[in-house]
Amino acid sequence: MKEYRTITQIAGPLVFVEKTEPVGYSELVNIVTADGTVKRGQVLDTSDDIVVVQVFETTAGIGRDSGVRFTGETIKMPVGKDMLGRILSGGGKPIDGGPEIVPEKRLEITGAAINPYARASPEDFIQTGISTIDGTNTLVRGQKLPIFSGSGLPHNDVALQIARQAKVPGSTEEFAVVFAAMGITREEANYFMADFEKTGALERSVVFLNLADDPAVERTITPRLALTTAEYLAFELGYHVLVILTDMTNYCEALRQIGAAREEVPGRRGYPGYMYTDLAGIYERAGIIKGVKGSVTQIPILTMPGDDITHPIPDLTGYITEGQIVVNRELHRKGIYAPINVLPSLSRLMNLGIGEGHTREDHKKVSDQLYAAYAEGNDLRGLVAIVGKDALSERDQTFLEFADLFEDQFVRQGLYEDRSIEETLDLGWKLLATLPEEQLVRIDRELIQKYHPKYRKAAQG
Amino acid sequence: MKKGTESRTQGVLKRISGPVVTAVGLDAHMYDVVKIGHEELMGEVIKIQGENIIIQVYEDTAGIRPGEPVENTGLSLAVELGPGLLTSIYDGIQRPLEVLVEKMGDFIERGVSAPGLSHEKKWEFVPTAKAGDVVKAGDVLGTVQETNIVHKVMVPPNSKGGTIKKIAAGSFTVDETVCTLEDGTEITMLQRWPVRVPRPTKEKLNPDIPLITGQRILDGLFPIAKGGTAAIPGPFGSGKTVTQQQLAKWSDAEIVVYIGCGERGNEMTEVLTEFPELEDPKTGKPLMERTVLIANTSNMPVAAREASVYTGITIAEYFRDMGYDVSLMADSTSRWAEAMREISSRLEEMPGEEGYPAYLAARLSEFYERAGRVVTLNGVEGSVSVIGAVSPPGGDFSEPVTQNTLRIVKVFWALDAKLSQRRHFPAINWLDSYSLYLDSLTEWYDTEVSPEWNPLRAWAMAILQKEAELQEIVQLVGSDALPDEEQITIEVARLIREVFLQQNAYDAVDTYCSMSKQYDMMKAIRAYADLARVAQASGATPQQIVTVKSKNDLPQIKFIKDYEPALEKILKDMEAEFDAMRAA
Repeated sequence: MKEYRTITQIAGPLVFVEKTEPVGYSELVNIVTADGTVKRGQVLDTSDDIVVVQVFETTAGIGRDSGVRFTGETIKMPVGKDMLGRILSGGGKPIDGGPEIVPEKRLEITGAAINPYARASPEDFIQTGISTIDGTNTLVRGQKLPIFSGSGLPHNDVALQIARQAKVPGSTEEFAVVFAAMGITREEANYFMADFEKTGALERSVVFLNLADDPAVERTITPRLALTTAEYLAFELGYHVLVILTDMTNYCEALRQIGAAREEVPGRRGYPGYMYTDLAGIYERAGIIKGVKGSVTQIPILTMPGDDITHPIPDLTGYITEGQIVVNRELHRKGIYAPINVLPSLSRLMNLGIGEGHTREDHKKVSDQLYAAYAEGNDLRGLVAIVGKDALSERDQTFLEFADLFEDQFVRQGLYEDRSIEETLDLGWKLLATLPEEQLVRIDRELIQKYHPKYRKAAQG
Repeated sequence: MKKGTESRTQGVLKRISGPVVTAVGLDAHMYDVVKIGHEELMGEVIKIQGENIIIQVYEDTAGIRPGEPVENTGLSLAVELGPGLLTSIYDGIQRPLEVLVEKMGDFIERGVSAPGLSHEKKWEFVPTAKAGDVVKAGDVLGTVQETNIVHKVMVPPNSKGGTIKKIAAGSFTVDETVCTLEDGTEITMLQRWPVRVPRPTKEKLNPDIPLITGQRILDGLFPIAKGGTAAIPGPFGSGKTVTQQQLAKWSDAEIVVYIGCGERGNEMTEVLTEFPELEDPKTGKPLMERTVLIANTSNMPVAAREASVYTGITIAEYFRDMGYDVSLMADSTSRWAEAMREISSRLEEMPGEEGYPAYLAARLSEFYERAGRVVTLNGVEGSVSVIGAVSPPGGDFSEPVTQNTLRIVKVFWALDAKLSQRRHFPAINWLDSYSLYLDSLTEWYDTEVSPEWNPLRAWAMAILQKEAELQEIVQLVGSDALPDEEQITIEVARLIREVFLQQNAYDAVDTYCSMSKQYDMMKAIRAYADLARVAQASGATPQQIVTVKSKNDLPQIKFIKDYEPALEKILKDMEAEFDAMRAA
């Protein structure tokens, strides 16, 4: 392989190389420093006279005397069956002291788009055991459902609880978990690893760790390596794969950093104009394919800077993903776990995975009614602050109390509490029963008579 | 082709930067389609700078090197128009997705071309013109029963026309000549039309017929005219996609073109699996038989996303030219604008607002201007109604795409995340939405629905407006502090919201509501309001009026197919209750 010593400029993570043979766009590059260390990079721009290389690791040590080798191929990920149970770096190298991965295949990490015509419609209900998700923002197989959180909130606990408890009721197939950490601290990583080991989840997981002190540019490939692995496990080996990506905010910061280094015209808040397309290239790698056994379900986690849901990162994410689970600071302050605020949360594929044949016939209506009643109660809190509770009508008071009960019983649950969907829905009914029956306008009379605790008791007694 | 003999059609690549590449040593015109590299990836010339020809590539460019060949086809990006369009599912550059699955499997690889129409399939051509007839551009030569829709085979709009020498019935592929003119011109069932050029028409007509959608808040309060333009802006999670799908399913256009532009794969799949199963309420046949779907999901190449809206509207115009009413949904034009922005920034163009190119407004208005109700070249009426979704970042309507769209479109259906959180669907805010077609449609409602409809609509809007004002007071002092009369207003407004405006897209009956049912429902609410006023005048308390039991059954009317007897009973009970109140 020809080695060039024609580096003309180094700026941030970018290295400019002159007078090369034709080099392919997106090609993998090895840069050899004076002390023999090999650093990897990727071609960002290629022309007759100059090639721009983005280096994944730190550019420390690279100088004009460094050698540049173009490998002639785009970045590929070696994948194999024995990846389960392994811990890899953010760049895909084993860091658990174990042997190298024996590759059965080497796959392009950018991953081609699934032909929309080849996709199968997601409809298998995933029970996470968390009421606010199962009951009101249901996750289905093949969905991408991010957790929008803020710094200092227990989103990691929520993600771990999902990873621990996720199952499809009535199915014995287990989930494989692909966990990709981008720019999280060693402490957080240890927290995840400890839980994985404690619950035995590690042996059915593949872990990619790019920690806070690892090169930022490496973060831009970590989720792609993880998803390439997930797709291999799902579509070639038939696993149902749950992919957890944390923290997407760090990923986007890395994108912005590279954009700035390339002197690109920035979009909103300095993030690159192509961030939507770039994120879509990650999030869209979830789904089910017709006639293929496995599935990829994604739970990306991101921390909203300043808890601002309109910030470009959560905003663009929300436009691509099929809903969002919003972790709320106020609930957390009230000491409620899991502090999920159902009002801004949403699962777009929920209707495909609930109802008769999936969960229970009353699911949709119960969920709608809980939402509506909680929203109303929540609004009344603002009013109470001004006029006082006594000024409320009797009807309004019941809604106000409902909102408190909803938070205290439906939202609040234990870290290891695994509620079945029946328990969740019955709990919903129990709370709805505190409202006057004529206020349950979103539920048909038939369902009320079948499931409302009042009639159930009557039927039993 | 005007090019001289020395025209160089072969060049080489000089630079590759993502979806934008530069070629040299080649003669090209703007928007020529070129083939790039050994794999012959498809691209389009978007800028010419001396020797440098800048090309946007519709496929992934990873691995392509400088020095690889570039070939100019000399043609502009065009779509194939002819029998076989209906029921098709295309990507942004009219490659049938089904064919792509056969050719390259479940994932979209690159360098595969596939024609938009099947060139093998034979269609039964029935001539309607005969030898000796003089035909001009746009005239109908014959028909093909494509699905339950009759496909009209027309003289291409750029043809000179002439006298028919020979025309025969029979079974033909789209490439075979079905008609020969005296001057030797051979006409096939296939037309190629460049996507960036609007198809010609004779005359544009005024928008005075509504596009009936079966959605109460749209038909009743904020109607769009046939050939009109509408925008649905909505922050994510406000039910925009569901609203658009409802429109595609239920609007009374004969042909539906649905463009999924940069949207979610799974949602596209939902459309792709749901449409073929949906029954067309008018014919009982699958809805897909009158639909063309274009699916370019967010992770498919960005340049093809840019092209997808043009591909879609050209197909829509083609059916309009046959005399059909076409409704086109573009979901989402924001993604389209972002594709423009992305390509513009790769071209290192001077950016306008928020990095969008300075020509954003011009492109948007050119696109929406292709909508309209027209007299076609062959003298019949047809229309293309365009409903574009915009996805303002952070729900901020002041951003450039939303603002530039609002300056063009006549109808605005303001989706509201607050309403959807409350599970008020469709989550269209009745205070922020508007329709500028109301005046031109007044006559239609007078004659087709009832002369009472327009005043009834105005009354409902006034109540809703009044409620918004009153709510501000209620927020401060509570509802008990309102005068009796206004407590009733609040109750009537609640009925309008919960009975009329809320509509369940997932309920078999409520998903479509005819104009006459809308009228009856609104009349029933009005009846309650009138009775309430009379009762109040004769001394009933708001508490008594608000607790009238029979009105609680009004929401149930939505879910009953043959609702008239039930509605009549409610009205009768209501009167009886009010009578009793007065007697007491």
